[in-house]
Amino acid sequence: MAERRGPCGIGGFGPAGSTGGARAGSSLATGAEPEARARSFGGPANSRWLRLGAMEELDGEPTVTLIPGVNSSKKQMCFDWGPGEMLVCETSFNKKEKSETVPGCPVIYIIRKDVDVYSQILRKLFNESHGIFVGLQRIEEELTGKSRKAQLVRVSKNYRSVIRACMEEMHQVAIAAKDPACSRQFSSQVSILSAMELIWNLCEILFIEVAPAGPLLLHLLDWVRLHVCEVDNLLADVLGSENPRKHESFWKLVTILVLQGRLDEARQMLSKEADSSPTSAGMCRILGDLMRTMPVLSPGTTQTLTELELKWQHWHEECERHLQDGTFASSPHLESLCKIMLGDEAALLEQKELLNNWYHFLVTRLLYSHPTVKPIDLHFYAQSSLDLFLGGESSPEPLDNILMAAFEFDIHQVIKECSIALSNWWFVAHLTDLLDHCKLLQSHNLYFGSNMREFLLLEYASGLFAHHSLWQLGVDYFDYCPELGRVSLELHIERIPLSTEQKALKVLRICEQRQMTEQVRSICKILAMKAVRNNRLGSALSWSIRAKDAAFATLVSDRFLRDYCERGCFSDLDLIDNLGPAMMLSDRLTFLGKYREFHRLYGEKRFVDAASLLLSLMTSQIAPRSFWMTLLTDALPLLEQKQVIFSAEQTYELMRCLEDLTSGRPVHGEPDAQRLQDDDIETTKVEMLRLALARNLARAIIKEGSLEGS
Amino acid sequence: MFVARSIAADHKDLIHDVSFDFHGRRMATCSSDQSVKVWDKSESGDWHCTASWKTHSGSVWRVTWAHPEFGQVLASCSFDRTAAVWEEIVGESNDKLRGQSHWVKRTTLVDSRTSVTDVKFAPKHMGLMLATCSADGIVRIYEAPDVMNLSQWSLQHEISCKLSCSCISWNPSSSRAHSPMIAVGSDDSSPNAMAKVQIFEYNENTRKYAKAETLMTVTDPVHDISFAPNLGRSFHILAIATKDVRIFTLKPVRKELSSSGGPTKFEIHIVAQFDNHNSQVWRVSWNITGTVLASSGDDGCVRLWKANYMDNWKCTGILKGNGSPVNGSSQQGNSNPSLGSNIPNLQNSLNGSSVGRKHS
Repeated sequence: MAERRGPCGIGGFGPAGSTGGARAGSSLATGAEPEARARSFGGPANSRWLRLGAMEELDGEPTVTLIPGVNSSKKQMCFDWGPGEMLVCETSFNKKEKSETVPGCPVIYIIRKDVDVYSQILRKLFNESHGIFVGLQRIEEELTGKSRKAQLVRVSKNYRSVIRACMEEMHQVAIAAKDPACSRQFSSQVSILSAMELIWNLCEILFIEVAPAGPLLLHLLDWVRLHVCEVDNLLADVLGSENPRKHESFWKLVTILVLQGRLDEARQMLSKEADSSPTSAGMCRILGDLMRTMPVLSPGTTQTLTELELKWQHWHEECERHLQDGTFASSPHLESLCKIMLGDEAALLEQKELLNNWYHFLVTRLLYSHPTVKPIDLHFYAQSSLDLFLGGESSPEPLDNILMAAFEFDIHQVIKECSIALSNWWFVAHLTDLLDHCKLLQSHNLYFGSNMREFLLLEYASGLFAHHSLWQLGVDYFDYCPELGRVSLELHIERIPLSTEQKALKVLRICEQRQMTEQVRSICKILAMKAVRNNRLGSALSWSIRAKDAAFATLVSDRFLRDYCERGCFSDLDLIDNLGPAMMLSDRLTFLGKYREFHRLYGEKRFVDAASLLLSLMTSQIAPRSFWMTLLTDALPLLEQKQVIFSAEQTYELMRCLEDLTSGRPVHGEPDAQRLQDDDIETTKVEMLRLALARNLARAIIKEGSLEGS
Repeated sequence: MFVARSIAADHKDLIHDVSFDFHGRRMATCSSDQSVKVWDKSESGDWHCTASWKTHSGSVWRVTWAHPEFGQVLASCSFDRTAAVWEEIVGESNDKLRGQSHWVKRTTLVDSRTSVTDVKFAPKHMGLMLATCSADGIVRIYEAPDVMNLSQWSLQHEISCKLSCSCISWNPSSSRAHSPMIAVGSDDSSPNAMAKVQIFEYNENTRKYAKAETLMTVTDPVHDISFAPNLGRSFHILAIATKDVRIFTLKPVRKELSSSGGPTKFEIHIVAQFDNHNSQVWRVSWNITGTVLASSGDDGCVRLWKANYMDNWKCTGILKGNGSPVNGSSQQGNSNPSLGSNIPNLQNSLNGSSVGRKHS
């Protein structure tokens, strides 16, 4: 629990409403951000969908985002959705009317949804909670009872410590910020994070820990001590002074310690007072004894609640007796402390300022009047504490409502109120998911049958996808949404910009792992097209092979062959030499691979193999007809080798190919000069081939005859 | 939502359309100044105009990107009665050194005799196709059979709608169960009560588009129309911008129940109707997952609509002009993201005690 102490040092958080009248003075951050209110659009503020049961009346108004420079009374706006952003631009749609004023310079606005996604510090929150989330999804379903609960509580504490770490960092940044407005902004974010942690902690106690009467109060005390912790600074301050007893805040400190039930520390302070003031030494000793003897539930003992209640009753009566007897009559300070320990409401309310907020008041009140409060009775005390504390001076605010809903064990209300009050989906998505793992959220199906958990996780993950690197976290959240996670991921992932090969491979890996074949195909196709456009044929070919796009592979192969015809050599030899089975994707690609193989064999002087491969390319019809003349021309040097390479039978085949080709030629209508010249070259080529074939045939017949004869 | 950036568009007249490319890294704008501009987002997130050229001899109504599987391709349509297809040329020219790119016109589609009011590329699984519609009441569907040769477009279909057309939308569903489908809206404002939205479906047997449905209840001029991304549903969702925002569902009636061979019949339900824009609604468009619909209207606002789990649609957000003139630089970033700024409610209740106080 080391995490519990540390963050306290940053000064706790803003308790809701502090003392009665201070509520009005909440201009600290509101004044700093007038426009921020207007743009308080995105995020859970628009989660009015979350209508559960009879909560319809809590539907809020849509939030408004102001677009500077657009006059909505005169003009309209055109817009477009992007994957993570929106474009908005002033226009005038009624085309029939001539626009009365030509705008000086139209402006395009880029609108983003989740502002928090872009915060450097909050990125840590997103990153680290992602790991916890994934771990939670893998929690063994078989785990039951105590071990499961312990696991879930541990997960909850992990989430909270991430919030605290983030809060601490945000606080450091706030202190370091030179610009006061900026500093205020960071400070207000600290407040929000702090409120999140406060709510989460209470939910953990009530819904996950499910503390029973007795331990419940101990947990609540810890909760209050953790969150109202300015006392630690004060304690250090007072103890560090030359004469603590004379310190102006001495009695304030003692009172706070008593209010928080930190009676051992309070007793030590009192002994300082006793040491230096003989007149009050006796009284201090008596009150100190009362503090020491207050019965508390100590974990691990066999003491029953009834025994505790009985002992507590005795102790309470003893305190009462001292008060009645006027033991502390001569010291208003001590008398007030005694009244607090009796749970006297009036005495407690006198300490409003030190209590800070109604829930501290609630816990102190329970400590000194109902220490064995049952969970089911909490809401009653909570409501009356809120009413007493506010005293009709002000009305409850969102945080108050959220905490009250928790005390009422109304989980859906907690989530709903948080959705409305908090700007990002992080909190509600993760808390809801955790509560769902605690099996607390069954039977509330939302749109398309996906439950509330999924709805919130989808929103959160979609928000992450708006960010250039956080989208990778979003993938896992979609994975754990059984209903619409996959289709949402498909729609989002194909829009990730493929700015670098590395990024493209990352996206592809994610799609391949999930058998998203259409997305894989599309991404490879996009990259293949990009490569072709940039004349990177090798890259284009390998992407189209990966896309299994036969038509495009054919197209790229043709480009390779055309290049070869023009330049007489191949590029990207490595790729073409190592096509392997991928060669089968398209006939043209097969041909390209085989044709290149022919060149290799020829280069290695394996003429016989080269020759039969060349012939087979034509006889098997793999070679496109338009390429036959090139192939036959390639046969020429083989025909003119010293030794006979093509057998007689092969030579007949070659001759048949040549005749096929030449007889199939269409008769040209009106030959122009260029065509005549081309035809001339062609005719010469054919003549040369015929001659070479005839000579080869003669040689082959002689050779074969003599071999057979011998 | 918040304004992250504002960019001076530098068009000399009204902008009629803005369009993100598939990945949101590029955008195109078109204007009454007869030009189209293309903007690219740099690694640092700044937007730069990388091309600006005269595209038509009249106001350019719409500009739209083809899927990147087909390369970098734009289509535009104009008052000058034409639509055009543009392709970006990659080259080592001086343009590139100056951070400019070069777009060439691949084709001009001149079949319309009146203003071409909308142009939309078909879903990519259909190949490289586009549809135009025009004031003369005809929807035309063109195809480029060779994706490497964008100068060859053949007019595949002409669908007569009898009414001046203002907008078209392809059904994006790639499910084999769904035939290609296109919805057409009309802004004909003559005082008749004719239905203004027609839906045409491709028939494999006749190889023609035939009318599948007419939305009889929509009789006022329609300015925009948009099918939602399908999300694997068996039915379709169609948003319509008319004198209000309307959302319809179209559930195909099972084939054995309908006459076989003919067009699919649909059970049509209106699931939402909003008159919050007070008057005419001009644009409707879905986000990429089809969970939020945005609409723009005569009230000068863009409104966002989202359904809850019970199919109840609600306005969840409004983008509204603040009326004050913009001044200053061409590109303004707004990068103080804050957790707190969006949360006036919780914020207020938290300000009673401040962190600062404890450290002062």
